[in-house]
Amino acid sequence: MSVVGGRRARPQGGGFELAVWYLMRLTGLALFVLALSHFIITHVLYDPAEQTAEWIISERWANVAIRTVDWLMLAAVTFHAFMGVRIVVGDYTRGGVRTLLTAALYIAAFVIFAMGTFALVSVPNVLPGG
Amino acid sequence: MFFFRYRGGEGMLAWAFHRISGLAIWVFILLHVFDIWLASVNPPLYDELLVVYASAPGRVGEALLGAALLFHALNGLRIIIIDFWPALSRYHRLIWRLNWLVFFIVGLPVAWIILRPIWEGAPQ
Repeated sequence: MSVVGGRRARPQGGGFELAVWYLMRLTGLALFVLALSHFIITHVLYDPAEQTAEWIISERWANVAIRTVDWLMLAAVTFHAFMGVRIVVGDYTRGGVRTLLTAALYIAAFVIFAMGTFALVSVPNVLPGG
Repeated sequence: MFFFRYRGGEGMLAWAFHRISGLAIWVFILLHVFDIWLASVNPPLYDELLVVYASAPGRVGEALLGAALLFHALNGLRIIIIDFWPALSRYHRLIWRLNWLVFFIVGLPVAWIILRPIWEGAPQ
């Protein structure tokens, strides 16, 4: 794997790896805005001590727009984090171990995405009057 | 050293820090999606976990998480800039130093705000 100037060189030849290379940058840019603003909101504008489950459900997620943004952040971070770890796995393992760990990562990514999506849509008042 | 096999100045440091911070954030994402899932299926249990997050060790962890997140975000931006505007790579040392300048200017006040309740008490 080639790393130039502390970064991964653009894969040659197109296909899946090139698509991942672009998507890592696209989701990274999205997360620069989404994850940093999320951190500032939850740790600077509010304090963790105030954000109880009841508050999240009845205040934060009462706003469908915020739920939507949270879901987009979930989608971006699931892709970015698991594809990032996949690259690390690819750097330090090979053969069957690599295949096994990569498969485990894809399964874990699906489970995490499903759990987060479930949390976002299952709590009450998703729709006005719901 | 195995983990730091890439050799060469800022590039190596940036690469190592990006990898370490990325892995740390990934671990937190696993915990964080699990906790928000708990908030939907078992709110009282989530609130118990929240007490840990709002504790002194929890706040130190959050400040470290914020540092990892901010470094990873700024360095990621640096990577995107060099990838898509290679001509700017002649300023790579300046961009690297700007990363750290922004990191401390933004990070130190945020860390102070996160850690302050340890000695002043959490807002209710």
